[in-house]
Amino acid sequence: MSITNIRQGSLVLVDSAKVQSRGAFYVAQARTRQMMKWIWMIIGIAIANPILYLISVGIGLGGLIDQSVGPAGVDGVKYLTFLAPALLAQAAIQGTMDETVFPTLEGFKWHKTFYSMNSTPLSGTQISYGIFLTALFRAFYTVVLYFGVMWAFGAVESSRAWLAIPTAIFAGASFGALMQALAGRLEDENIFFVVLGRFVMMPLFMFSGTFFPLTSMPFFLQWIGWISPLWHATELGRHLTYGHVVSPTMVWVHFIFLGIMLVLGLFFSARIFTKRLAK
Amino acid sequence: MSNPLISARGLTKKFGDFTAVNGIDFDVFKGESFGFLGPNGAGKSTAMRIIGATSQRTSGTITVLDKDPEINGPQIRAHLGVVPQQDNLDMQLSVAENLYIYGRYFGLPRKFVKGKVDELLAFAQLEEKRDAKVETLSGGMKRRLTIARALVSEPEILMLDEPTTGLDPQARHILWDRLFRLKEQGVTLLITTHFMDEAEQLCDRLIVMDKGSIMAEGSPASLIKDYSTKEVLEVRFGSDRNQSMADQLRAMCDRIEELPDRVLMYTEDGEALLEKIYAANLHPKTSLVRRSSLEDVFLRLTGRTLIE
Repeated sequence: MSITNIRQGSLVLVDSAKVQSRGAFYVAQARTRQMMKWIWMIIGIAIANPILYLISVGIGLGGLIDQSVGPAGVDGVKYLTFLAPALLAQAAIQGTMDETVFPTLEGFKWHKTFYSMNSTPLSGTQISYGIFLTALFRAFYTVVLYFGVMWAFGAVESSRAWLAIPTAIFAGASFGALMQALAGRLEDENIFFVVLGRFVMMPLFMFSGTFFPLTSMPFFLQWIGWISPLWHATELGRHLTYGHVVSPTMVWVHFIFLGIMLVLGLFFSARIFTKRLAK
Repeated sequence: MSNPLISARGLTKKFGDFTAVNGIDFDVFKGESFGFLGPNGAGKSTAMRIIGATSQRTSGTITVLDKDPEINGPQIRAHLGVVPQQDNLDMQLSVAENLYIYGRYFGLPRKFVKGKVDELLAFAQLEEKRDAKVETLSGGMKRRLTIARALVSEPEILMLDEPTTGLDPQARHILWDRLFRLKEQGVTLLITTHFMDEAEQLCDRLIVMDKGSIMAEGSPASLIKDYSTKEVLEVRFGSDRNQSMADQLRAMCDRIEELPDRVLMYTEDGEALLEKIYAANLHPKTSLVRRSSLEDVFLRLTGRTLIE
């Protein structure tokens, strides 16, 4: 065996300017390669989830609700049609959260892979953006598959319903960015997962107007919806998929809320990653 | 002599009230194998992280490849190969994939990296493990893969932080062989270790560190010559008698060190000293004559052993 090719100083080949402009994509490529190891499981979940939810809650429970409310429907439509946009947004939020929180913990704590990335020309900001980009990729195909199942179940009424795909991804991105920043600060993840699952994700899912209009809730509980990206995305999704009435002002409010969440999440995530790597 | 690749003056790093690196000066030149020798907590890894442009100094100056790591971090890291203390490999990817993605982090062209992967698998003796998942590798294999990974960008300086800690003797020797080949090729190596045999085998020049400060600097041979005698006689009288014998032994040689389990006697001729001990009617339970090592240098400088 020979090692005569082990050379030093490929000044021509190593291009730090190129890494500066494309670093986040290199991280995303590596992360996508990891994701491909269990891609069939992710796709299976992405298809099975909507089928199970739409059959059990949308058709099963929805059948009872539709009988009881009669032709007036819920918000003027079948319960399945009312419910589906919320589930679509929830799928995007759950997908991006999985793809931001777990890789962040793996990178900083479980396998410390972020430290090996940071010993190359990659910066903390690029690593955080790269992880985020991969999460967007997962959100994209999760939502597209979900939307396909919704369409197959007849839960899509409007011709512009497909626009609910980008709005759901937008909500997922906003929540995912913020969770990535939070995960970047974590030292003890066990308590975090208990708190996140029981006191954040569950209330958001239950109290964001997912299963019934937010206005049906007592006023003192409605604030949960207002601060929830799920409610904002659900309102936009319902507006797009079946014409749920949302004033132009509220459309802006929904977008601005999600936009602020996204910008803050990305800003703090980059900052936290950079600081923690330099510790 | 040419300009140093790394030059530090008064380099200091504090974490709150704790001073991890305390005003150290050193230069590393192209093609040399430079070591930081010291016990755990001596500040070796912190110094390495500052050189590697992943941790900022508190004060002092440092240039790496003529650049300031605080200002030109990514540009410096582009030409370093880093082997951290802990193998932070990607456990979900295969051996070859780990090398490939790391090469891409440097912005290296796909075709170049693919060719490089084959070359490095041969170097690390991991050709048969090419498609194996990293988590199935032994400790020694993971370490070799981490070293191969650091070479993917053909770095100007290869930095190894405790390269053989935690490995069994056989794995250590395989790794030393690989590193020695790199050294023979003129690769600039920067090594931290608390193993004196590793420092003696791999380093042309080293600094001995303790509690963040440099205690001595030189080649392994010159340090031994300056701070120790040619030979050392180790005698054991039993843990309850070692101390009581020390006064008698002290008069017989240049210097002694009392350790809990044995007494070290520093001399130019160990066998002659041993004969002298027997002639004085002192009968140690065991005795051993050996050459002085860097361990003895460290003991002389700090009054402590490297591994405590």
